[in-house]
Amino acid sequence: MHELSLAENILQLIEDAAQQQHFTQVEAVWLEIGQLACVEHESLRFFFNSVKKDTIAQEAKLEIITITGQGICDRCHQTIAVNSYDMACPRCGGYAVTITQGEEMRMNALEVK
Amino acid sequence: MCTTCGCGLSQIRINNKPMRIQRQSHQSLTYRPLRPSPAQNHEPIKDPASNPLKAKNPGRRDHQTSETRMIKIERDILAENNRYATQNRHYFSAHRIFALNLLSSPGSGKTTLLVQTIQMLRNLYPIAVIEGDQQTDHDATRIRATGAPAVQINTGKGCHLDAAMIDRALQQMHIENNSVLFIENVGNLVCPASFDLGEAHKVIILSVTEGEDKPLKYPDMFQAADLLLLNKCDLLPHLTFDTGLAIEYAHRINPSLPVIQISATHGSGMTAWLEWIEACRRATAGALRQ
Repeated sequence: MHELSLAENILQLIEDAAQQQHFTQVEAVWLEIGQLACVEHESLRFFFNSVKKDTIAQEAKLEIITITGQGICDRCHQTIAVNSYDMACPRCGGYAVTITQGEEMRMNALEVK
Repeated sequence: MCTTCGCGLSQIRINNKPMRIQRQSHQSLTYRPLRPSPAQNHEPIKDPASNPLKAKNPGRRDHQTSETRMIKIERDILAENNRYATQNRHYFSAHRIFALNLLSSPGSGKTTLLVQTIQMLRNLYPIAVIEGDQQTDHDATRIRATGAPAVQINTGKGCHLDAAMIDRALQQMHIENNSVLFIENVGNLVCPASFDLGEAHKVIILSVTEGEDKPLKYPDMFQAADLLLLNKCDLLPHLTFDTGLAIEYAHRINPSLPVIQISATHGSGMTAWLEWIEACRRATAGALRQ
């Protein structure tokens, strides 16, 4: 639901980069979004398409790379795949897991002209 | 414009005055809450082989033509919000202000809880409140009736407070040193979870008139919280709400989450809540001294 704010923030990062790097058009925006980050990809695309109109990013495509969730079980200390916060450790059944990966919301790179 | 929750291109108001927008580079965008960040060193990528994306996604950059170039950014999408949050946190520590971000769905009793809390705390510390709602200043008016200073942020159609809004609200308030600052977020169990405001702790309020499976339905918020207040417990005899199950679900998401059962209207559990505030306030102040 807050994807509009995220889309606005993405556009802001692009405009900051445009001032530094002197480009006039963005062809593609590369994002890394963790599986556990509170982001609906389709919603983000929808809002990005709305906010990019009449900006240097109006032609830009969003390329979203999903980072899978990963954590270490606090009880058995095994590294496990985590696809949701309510997941129990598949080895020992413990719910206490320290997340090590999958909460990212990053802009990696831009393809520009 | 949002078909799900109504987030939209709208104007943010603080105490009913429009929030000043720092930059509007495109007239079509009227909702620009963030100002440009300080200069960043973006490295141009000359050699495609050094592009991390190339290695991660071989073949996915087929549409890159000779006219285009790749620029490495490597920034958090919420970098700007987080910069404001850090600035707010510095302000709080400089003035020894203990800030709590209160989160819940609408109707959980946050404002009633705040009014009761202020009445019990006001002889101990100076109190200040920032109220977040889409519309109206009803909540700030209720808070001001207690004598505590309150600033109302209206997010328009926005569904959460962000750190820049708090920054602007702080510029319009005089908060005494050593205050406890309560930030009552927009009633919403999804969006506010992602936005750090610079607070010391996030407190989630769940009322027993809601479903006990809310922690499973809205895990991000329960994951982010440092305390769960289970409110309206005086109504339990009239409800089928399973308290044990609600706490079990909350602990599946966040096993170390402390839970305090309270009734803001009847006063039960309020002492434990005030003790939690005092303990965390001391711990935050102690951490600063070190």
